[in-house]
Amino acid sequence: MPVFISMIKKEALHLMRDSRTMTVVLIMPLVLLLLFGFAISTEVNNVNVVAVVHRHDDASRELIEKLRANPYFTFKGIVPFCEVEPMLRKGEVDAAVILDCDKGATAYQIIVDASNPSIGQTATGYMESVINGGMVSPVSVRTLYNPRLKSAYNFVPGIMGMIFILICAMMTSVSIVSEKETGTMNLLLVSPVRPRTIILGKIVPYFILSCVILALMLAIAYSVLGLPLSSNIVNVVWVSLLYIVLALLLGLFISTIVSTQVTALLVSGVLLMLPVIMLSGMIFPIENMPSLLQYVSCVIPARWYISAMRTLMIQQLPVSYVVTEVSVLSGMALAVLFLAVKKFNIIQ
Amino acid sequence: MERYIYEKAIDVQSVSKQYGKIQALEDVSFSVAEGSMFGLIGPDGAGKSTLYRILTTIVAPDGGRATVAGLDIVKDYRKIRAEIGYMPDRFSLYPDLTVNENLHFFASLFGVSVKDNYDLIAPFFDQLVKFPNRRAGALSGGMKQKLALGCALIHRPKILLLDEPTTGVDAVSRSEFWDMLAVLKDKGMTILVSTSYMDEAKRCDRIALINGGRILDMDTPERLVAGMGDNLYNASARDMYPLLLALRDMHEVQDCYTFGATLHVVAGADFNPEEISVRLNRMGFDDVEIYPAKGDIEDLFIKLAGNG
Repeated sequence: MPVFISMIKKEALHLMRDSRTMTVVLIMPLVLLLLFGFAISTEVNNVNVVAVVHRHDDASRELIEKLRANPYFTFKGIVPFCEVEPMLRKGEVDAAVILDCDKGATAYQIIVDASNPSIGQTATGYMESVINGGMVSPVSVRTLYNPRLKSAYNFVPGIMGMIFILICAMMTSVSIVSEKETGTMNLLLVSPVRPRTIILGKIVPYFILSCVILALMLAIAYSVLGLPLSSNIVNVVWVSLLYIVLALLLGLFISTIVSTQVTALLVSGVLLMLPVIMLSGMIFPIENMPSLLQYVSCVIPARWYISAMRTLMIQQLPVSYVVTEVSVLSGMALAVLFLAVKKFNIIQ
Repeated sequence: MERYIYEKAIDVQSVSKQYGKIQALEDVSFSVAEGSMFGLIGPDGAGKSTLYRILTTIVAPDGGRATVAGLDIVKDYRKIRAEIGYMPDRFSLYPDLTVNENLHFFASLFGVSVKDNYDLIAPFFDQLVKFPNRRAGALSGGMKQKLALGCALIHRPKILLLDEPTTGVDAVSRSEFWDMLAVLKDKGMTILVSTSYMDEAKRCDRIALINGGRILDMDTPERLVAGMGDNLYNASARDMYPLLLALRDMHEVQDCYTFGATLHVVAGADFNPEEISVRLNRMGFDDVEIYPAKGDIEDLFIKLAGNG
């Protein structure tokens, strides 16, 4: 099939000549993964804490030792009560614990800066658990699948869901539309090459590129970010491939409805990217959305992909647990393929 | 198998095409003899590009029928595509690919090798061979034109369809381009070429004047010009624009328009050049000159377009 091969070769040349885009496409997923994996995390670390101690005794010494040893806290020392408020105001400390002696028993008070509610809440929670640490709690908590509550685990599926929509849909649609703009699409259509060969010649190179990116992202996720590696990775790969195909078809569909590269960028950016970030559950949990938005999120492919990835990558559950997600994604792929082919034929 | 012999390389019968409310083509009929060069002459928006899109089987006509290389444009559209070489009205190659990459890519689309067919494009391609690794986007206008022609010819088509090939190209390259077309015609290729430059029309065997989606007239360039009659005059004076207005006001003058450095006057029934120049002198015009002019395709076009 030499025509097909030379179509792919031509597309590869386009990609290699456009070194800036190529760099962005290859570097961006890695940077995003590492950023979200390390720098941007929803965990609360390094809570600066001071203590106010009215009477030094074993209990107070024990608590201070615990705060010193805890990796989530940075203990800033013992201060008099009157200094606590100025320190909180200046932002030098995030929380203060006050130990008082009430009829022989130690009473605790926690003062916390809640200007960032999530830090305030988490710090309080940590502190309570440190204070209660010595006692036997009637509630026993076990955190499954992500015992250390690492936020990287949560972001990996989300970033994968976003990257593939971005690269597959945006790049495919822009590259097809640019051929329409320069008029080369007409030359291709006037040649004896069949339309399906033209389309495949456009899609396959981006599919290969996406596979490379998938491999890179999985390598980072399993090595640097330390996601638990198991034989389930096979399922992760094929569900990702299904999602990539869907994203490519979306790009193809966009290219049939718009006629300039700028519109293609805008449509794939606004229509695909924003919903993926806002409504897919990547950042904001779907369960917290108003019910109308929850329904809207059902039509967003990334929602189903991210949910499947969480099940497969983090919960490590067998593929039978993602049947719904996989069938929704397959159904979407077929529907978009049908629409794209129909639109493409109308243009002829 | 005996090869089907067709005298008409292109045969268009009452073709119409409508885009929304715009009638792009209306009842267009013409035919191009095999091995000849046929020119479609008309301004932008005349419907030339639409006609090309129909003949290259990109769009189907609303009405009428047409054959290219003896093949029906609707029924046999796939077979036609191997027989034609098409050059669209703007530069349509990959600007980020090199000269060689473009040429080889288009050869591969037709399943031919550049080596086998290079002899056909060699006469004009030798200049480009000097920089095979130059990106197509970095070529000059004339060079781009040659590369585009090379890509359109690399599969040895029987019929060459060129849509305004010389638009935006300098005068020297334009003339060179028409020389290349003449060489191709001598090799037996049928060429359908459109242009909005009237001076290029003379280099075609036959031309059709097209405007507003209709063919105004069609014949050899010589006969078309000869059929214009001898009522055409050049007029000039020191102040050209007032002269144009004054001439247009006279009842003996059918039409008057700028033509190069002078005015062309289409004379009416009782037009007397001496009498007119005396009258113009009296009106205050200096250096008035009125003398018979030889009609051109452009004059004919203005006449026909004005009547239509």
